[in-house]
Amino acid sequence: MSLLEVKNLHVEIDGKKILNGLDLTIEKGKVHAIMGPNGSGKSTLAYVLAGKEDYQVTEGDILFEGESVLEMEPDERAAKGVFLAFQYPIEIPGVASMTFLRTALNAQRKARGEAELSTPEFLKLVREASGKLGISQDMLKRAVNVGFSGGEKKRNEILQMAMLQPKLAVLDETDSGLDIDALKIVADGVNRLRSPERGFIVITHYQRLLNYIVPDVVHVLSRGRVVRTGGKELALELEASGYAQYQQDEAA
Amino acid sequence: MNAEIRQIRTAAEQGLADAFSRAKATLPGAGPVAALREKAFSDFEARGLPHRRVEEWKYTDLRAVMRDAKPLALPPDAGAKARATQADTLVGDIDRRRIVFVDGVFAPELSDLTDLETGLSIGSMAEALAQGDPQVAAHLGKVAANDNVAVALNTAFMGDGAVIRIAEGIIVEHPIHLEFITAGEKPAATFTRSLVVVERGARAMVVESYAGPAGQDYQVNSALELVIADNAHVDHIKLIGEGADALHLSSLMAAVGAHARFNDFTFTVGGSTVRNQLFLQFNGEDTIARIHGANLLKGRQHADTTLVAEHAVGHCQSRELFKSVLDDDSRGVFQGKIIVKQDAQKTDAKMLANALLLSETAEADAKPELEIFADDVVCGHGATAGALDEDLLFYLKARGIPQNEAESLLIQAFIGDAVEGIEHAGLREVLMERVAAWLAARA
Repeated sequence: MSLLEVKNLHVEIDGKKILNGLDLTIEKGKVHAIMGPNGSGKSTLAYVLAGKEDYQVTEGDILFEGESVLEMEPDERAAKGVFLAFQYPIEIPGVASMTFLRTALNAQRKARGEAELSTPEFLKLVREASGKLGISQDMLKRAVNVGFSGGEKKRNEILQMAMLQPKLAVLDETDSGLDIDALKIVADGVNRLRSPERGFIVITHYQRLLNYIVPDVVHVLSRGRVVRTGGKELALELEASGYAQYQQDEAA
Repeated sequence: MNAEIRQIRTAAEQGLADAFSRAKATLPGAGPVAALREKAFSDFEARGLPHRRVEEWKYTDLRAVMRDAKPLALPPDAGAKARATQADTLVGDIDRRRIVFVDGVFAPELSDLTDLETGLSIGSMAEALAQGDPQVAAHLGKVAANDNVAVALNTAFMGDGAVIRIAEGIIVEHPIHLEFITAGEKPAATFTRSLVVVERGARAMVVESYAGPAGQDYQVNSALELVIADNAHVDHIKLIGEGADALHLSSLMAAVGAHARFNDFTFTVGGSTVRNQLFLQFNGEDTIARIHGANLLKGRQHADTTLVAEHAVGHCQSRELFKSVLDDDSRGVFQGKIIVKQDAQKTDAKMLANALLLSETAEADAKPELEIFADDVVCGHGATAGALDEDLLFYLKARGIPQNEAESLLIQAFIGDAVEGIEHAGLREVLMERVAAWLAARA
């Protein structure tokens, strides 16, 4: 059974069609890159997988480990193992990062019928995960993402991913707004989490990120559909030729 | 003056007039105190109960809300005192000095008057009025004086209350906790009046708690005059946890000297109709004041915070922050006026009122006002009202936190912003637990 099967997915927002019969299959242990021009539906796909309300699925299905998630709330999907690293991580004033991490982790464990983590167990996990990402104890004491730089916010997303250990991680333009040093830290964080049990969808506009997170499969998205699938060399080809041919398709 | 014809007395106005003529001979204090009462009552009678066409009361129509005047509360019997010991005063088990009033009357046997710090004196207002206490005479009705109708009624009917003096340079370690508990078997009215004088360089925390039985439409009108001398540091906390059908009117009149610190916090979670009034006068330079408040309202609760802060001299900083969480059909009102007199240059005042609406039918009204007569000041105000942010909720849910828990986290953060202003860590914790319990009851 595939980890994720997206079948003939049609999605609209405020009556505007964004995804038009998208098909995508993700296997465990693989990193799938999704590339495409602006407006092709990349971020919409990320949000729909996570269960954002504003997006209406008018046709098709999303199967996660063989089970349809369309009727599931975002928190149920998260507890099943779906994780979205946001393109623009949100600031949550007044909610301390530690409280947030612990609430999220224990909510997921509870939903899966597992025992909550004790304080020492939790602290040990946070210390290990944050240390590897260069996230200071001071940052963890602050409110979630409040006053963080762009790079810190992205590192914080990866920290959450490391803590929550999802089965499927969807990274939505994680490279946007990062300088090369921050990009390396984030990519290393992702690579450490690669495992035979986990699948990744790495959404990006540019090939640059894929030098650091090397994909197994590359898909090209255009006009709300996957129009091409290939190996990692496809990303290099796109880097050379640009998205023009796919946008011409759109104009046609 | 407009030529509005004075309306025929309402039942409540008539009831108050009858009560005053019956009680005035027995209310504590003769001579100047009696004259003060007479004047206050005639001030009230000339205007009657305020209604929505009176600007300061436009959102809280007291004439409509107060259908009758409850009889003045009788002194508590043993049963009432026993019930009072069971009341929830919202402070948890923080270390404090308890000063208890049952049905408006000082109950020394329930209070903790042992081992008073040197320089701290605590007494009964009824006694002070009866004995013509010179300190009370010097301040009564003169601290941040105003012509407010609720205060006038309090002055006319004031029975008991606390008279507290903290002498120069004295630091009182534990909070002084004034517990005003309604415990009578029938709905009644209490009028308590307190005076707290914090002398030069002294430091104290004064907590007022209000509690009473649910399902009883009793009436509370309480006032506190607070004198904060130069270099003093005062924390004043008011916790309004009245029974669900109570009408609660309370007023703080504070006069603050120079180089002082004043932190004020009001927490409203109880009562049917609540009007919390703050009249603040900044009379000395270089004082810093933090005036915060939080309301948690549900059902048909109505809570009105009305604040008038007057900067008479310059170089003071005041920060006003009021947060309301409004569920069901509740209504939160914030009226805040900052007055900066001509000589109050370099005043730095910022006022903010935020309301979080948890239902379609909850209502928030905000009326911030600035009256500035000086030309070199930094003053600002803002008011917001809205629902929980959907994007924030989605972010939390996308991490596995269910809807209810996500809402609770965000609401606690919203209220926590105002609760942060309390310097007493134990009390902050107790109040945040209250917020969590309120949210748990909602879910």
